[in-house]
Amino acid sequence: MGEITFMKGNEALAEAAIRSGLQGYFGYPITPQSEVIEYLAQQKPKHNYVLIQAESELAAVNMLYGAAGAGGRVMTTTSSPGFSLMQEGISYIACTELPCVLVNVVRGGPGLGTIQPSQGDYFQATRGGGHGDYYTPVLGPNSVQEMVDHVYLAFELADKYLTPVVILSDGAIGQMMEKVILPEPIQYKPNKPWATTGKTVDRERKILTSLFIQSEVMEKRNLKLQEKYKKIKENEVRFEEYQIDDAEIIVVAYGLCSRISKKVVEFGREAGIKMGLFRPITLWPFPLKQLEEIASKDRVKFFISIEMNAGQMVEDVKLAVLGKKPVYFYGRLGGIVPTPEETFNAIKEKLN
Amino acid sequence: MLLEMIFAGFGGQGVLSMGTLLAYAAMKEGKEISWMPSYGPEMRGGTANCIVNISDQMISSPIVSKYDVAVALNQPSLKKFEPRVKKGGILIWESSTIKEPPTRTDINVYAIPAIEKAINELKNIKVMNMLLLGALVKINKIVKIESLLLALKETLPERHHHLIPLNKKAIEMGMKLV
Repeated sequence: MGEITFMKGNEALAEAAIRSGLQGYFGYPITPQSEVIEYLAQQKPKHNYVLIQAESELAAVNMLYGAAGAGGRVMTTTSSPGFSLMQEGISYIACTELPCVLVNVVRGGPGLGTIQPSQGDYFQATRGGGHGDYYTPVLGPNSVQEMVDHVYLAFELADKYLTPVVILSDGAIGQMMEKVILPEPIQYKPNKPWATTGKTVDRERKILTSLFIQSEVMEKRNLKLQEKYKKIKENEVRFEEYQIDDAEIIVVAYGLCSRISKKVVEFGREAGIKMGLFRPITLWPFPLKQLEEIASKDRVKFFISIEMNAGQMVEDVKLAVLGKKPVYFYGRLGGIVPTPEETFNAIKEKLN
Repeated sequence: MLLEMIFAGFGGQGVLSMGTLLAYAAMKEGKEISWMPSYGPEMRGGTANCIVNISDQMISSPIVSKYDVAVALNQPSLKKFEPRVKKGGILIWESSTIKEPPTRTDINVYAIPAIEKAINELKNIKVMNMLLLGALVKINKIVKIESLLLALKETLPERHHHLIPLNKKAIEMGMKLV
C-alpha cells in the first residue's frame, strides 16, 4: 500500500513520473498543465533526472527524441496547441521506434483556443496525429488516481512496444484535486541494447533513424510497425463497464465525461431507466470488439457518446457498433463541461 | 452519504483554501473527496469558486450544478448560486458585505458576518474564510474540528504554522456565530 495524499492531477502525474524512474523531462509551460514542470522543478534537487524548459514545444519534442534514443525513461507534457507543434517529432519517434511518454492535458480549441477543459484532440491523438502510417497507444485517465497509474502503465507500454505513448487528459482532470494513492518508487533498470550511448572501438555502430530513402526499406519498416500495432490491438485494449449487464441505453464516454456520465447513469437508474456506462480506457487501441458484443444484445436500444467536442469518439463507436444499433452524440464545445443534468436530459430526448 | 458543495467569492478571499481544507479533513476521516476549482484567466478581485464533494463511496462526477451546500462570499456568487441550492439544502452567506440578502424560503439560510468579525475581533481579514468554514462545520458536522486543525497543519507550509492558532480561533468563532 502506497502513500495516501490529496493532490492536483498535474502534480500527481509529475510525482508518478518521478516514482516510475523518470530520467529526463523536456517541456514548455502552457496552461492547464504548467504545474507538471513546476512540480518537477521543485522536486529536482532531491532526484537525479534531467529537466529542461525548452524554448518551444518543437525543441522539447526533439529533445525527447534524442534522450529516448540515448535510452532514457523520458517524458514531455503539454496542452493542445503545444501538442500540435509536437506532431512532427512524434511521427519521427514512432518511425524510429523509441519509447517515451507524451501527456496532452487538453484545452479547448481550435487555434489558441481557451484554457478550459476539452476533448477536442481525440482525432489527433488516436489517429497518429503527425504524417505517415503510425499510431500511438493513447490512455484516457478519468481521475487523479489514474493520472498516476497511467504514467506507470504508459512507460511500461512504451518500453514493451518501443513506441511513444500518449496520455490524453484534460484541463479539469489536470486541475482538480482528489485522494490519491502513490505507489512505491521503481528502481528503473533499462534494458535497451539499441540505445545510442557512444560508440566504443569494440562494437558495431548503432543507428537510430526515421529516414529510409529506399522505398523497399521504408515499406519494410512500415510493415514492421503495422505488425506491432496489430499486437498492441490484440493485447492492450482496456475499458471499464458500469451497470452494463441489463442496460438498454449504453452511454459511452472517456476521461472527465465518463465521470459525468456515471452520475447520469445514477440519475437514470433512479428514474427507472436502464442505463449503463461503457468507458474506453485505451482510446487507441479502441475497444471495438467489446462494444460490438454489447451492440449485438437484443435488449440494447441505442448508444450515445458524451464528449467535450463536436463528436469525435462517436465515430469510433459507430465503427464498433457497425450499424447494429443507433448511435447518438451529445457534447459541449470550446471548453464548456456538460453538466450531469443537461446530459441526462439530452439522453431522455432520444428516448422519445 | 454524498454531499455536494460549492464555495464561491472573489479571488483572494480564500474560497479555494476553504474547500481544500475541508476536503483534506474529510480525507483524513476516511471519506472519498473531490475538489474542482473554477480555473481560468482569474485574478485577485475576479470571481473564484470550487466544488467539493464528500462521500462514503467513490465520487462519480466532480462537477455538479446543484448543491447541498453553497457558501457565498460576495454578491455575484450569492446571486449565481442561491438558485442552485437543492431544496432543503444549506446556504451560508457573508452578511457584512453582501447587500441583497437571499430570498428563498425552501432552504436553510445562515447569515454570517465573517468579514466584520475578522476585522474587528481577530484583527485579520484573511481568516474570515475560516469563520465561514467554522460555521459550516457547526451546521452540518461534516468533519470534526480536530480534523480541520490537522488539515491546517498538514496543508499549510511550515513557514505559516505560526498562524494556526489564529485560524483555530477563527474557526471556533465561526461556530459560535451560527
